[in-house]
Amino acid sequence: MLRLTAVALVAALALAGCSDTSTPGAPSSSAPPKVTGQVAVFAAASLTEAFGTIKKDFEAANPGVTVTFNFAGSSALAQQINQGAPADVFASAAPANMQQVTDAVSPVTFVKNELEIAVPKGNPGKVTKLADFADANRKIALCAEQVPCGAAAKKAFAAAGITAAPDTLEQDVKAALTKVRLGEVDAALVYKTDVKAAGADVEGIDFPEAAKAINDYPIATLKKAPNAPGAQAFVDYVLSDKGKAVLAAAGFSAP
Amino acid sequence: MNKRRVSKGRLPVALVLPAVVGLAFLLVPLVGLLARTQWADLPSRLFSAEVGEALQLSLVCASVATVVCVVLGVPLAWLLARGDLPGRRFIRALVTVPLVLPPVVGGVALLLVLGRRGPVGELLDGWFGISLPFTTAGVVVAEAFVAMPFLVISVEGALRAADHRLEEAAATLGASRWLTFRRVTLPSVMPGVVAGTVLCWARALGEFGATITFAGNFPGKTTTMPLAVYLALESDPQAAIVLSVVLLTVSVAVLASLRERWVAG
Repeated sequence: MLRLTAVALVAALALAGCSDTSTPGAPSSSAPPKVTGQVAVFAAASLTEAFGTIKKDFEAANPGVTVTFNFAGSSALAQQINQGAPADVFASAAPANMQQVTDAVSPVTFVKNELEIAVPKGNPGKVTKLADFADANRKIALCAEQVPCGAAAKKAFAAAGITAAPDTLEQDVKAALTKVRLGEVDAALVYKTDVKAAGADVEGIDFPEAAKAINDYPIATLKKAPNAPGAQAFVDYVLSDKGKAVLAAAGFSAP
Repeated sequence: MNKRRVSKGRLPVALVLPAVVGLAFLLVPLVGLLARTQWADLPSRLFSAEVGEALQLSLVCASVATVVCVVLGVPLAWLLARGDLPGRRFIRALVTVPLVLPPVVGGVALLLVLGRRGPVGELLDGWFGISLPFTTAGVVVAEAFVAMPFLVISVEGALRAADHRLEEAAATLGASRWLTFRRVTLPSVMPGVVAGTVLCWARALGEFGATITFAGNFPGKTTTMPLAVYLALESDPQAAIVLSVVLLTVSVAVLASLRERWVAG
């Protein structure tokens, strides 16, 4: 047991050493003030996986910094921030929700996300196209119109001239995806990135109307950020090449 | 529920002070809600089709769920209090699981069992063509799951505090166990049953997590008031506040009138 701990310690030290040697290159371009403490990032639910990876990289590049996340529907996050929640950074899945936050400091669009049809493994409902969402006999989950994925879905259906027949309007995109994962619905309209993150449980089907309902994701630091340097450093990291690479790997497209 | 009179005399500060703080703690958020309400909007919101629909659905589902809880929960409480079950303590602990389980987890658990791919859900679908998720019946199931422990615990407590000797007397006079339960046990624990039922109904009315997870959210079918409040909060906080006040008013009115009736009668 002791020996194991010792091995783990050595490994951790070695890793820390590695990241130390790799950092001198990175901060030359950004963040001259030393960044420490906690950075509270309020981010759209669809960013969960990509930001999880970015957190690890960012923390490794900036020892002494801890990133804490609050993932939820963008509109709920906007409300929380407006009610005084101690957020440093807000990353929204739609510009509309960013505009609700009066405290946001010059938001920048950092990625775009496209909708995709998500079906459970094996596609039991035999869904192939967006028009299948109008079939009342299939179980369909959509996001509620109040959240960005729901607003985007509405746009896509309008573009296709389809009246969807959903069985449930979920409160955020991950909730809609969960219903697909558990096989409770035959299809849901979620982001490409969510399908990718769900792995083997979920199959994605592209549809042409998705091009007419692309979501811009803005990110911004907040005026009342408890940790302003940390907030700026995190946003800079997201916008850096390293951050972009992680987001691209998660299925987001460049703005 | 007991009508005990505190004898006149000086009230101990050690009790009154925390009691007042406790009361304030419970009431201040409520006052905050009421202070932010735009009362002028209230009538128009109250009589809008969506609110009416959600409110009606909430009241119906909570009431049906309460009936389910009473029918199943009172016998369960009796079994826990009177039956000589092996591992009774363990079973009692299990009954309270929905109390400590985050409701969303409860909803996922229900999906895993009663959903389309769940072992029970598959049978229900195959044999009777019944699918509970995304239906009003699903709302009732979710609410009953979360609310039943309140009833069971309250009735069981009353049963354990009740005087066994009355039941024994009934038995010596030749009454069967069923007759004893109906004519002796049940009347003696009635206050506990009523308190439990009221708690159960109130919990069912406010249920959110298990409902949205298991039954989903669709206006007129599964969108109860708490779900409507949550979604309104996303886009229109003012509407959410008004909806909350509506739910609050209706539930307080129902609870107050019930209590009046039971205490008077």
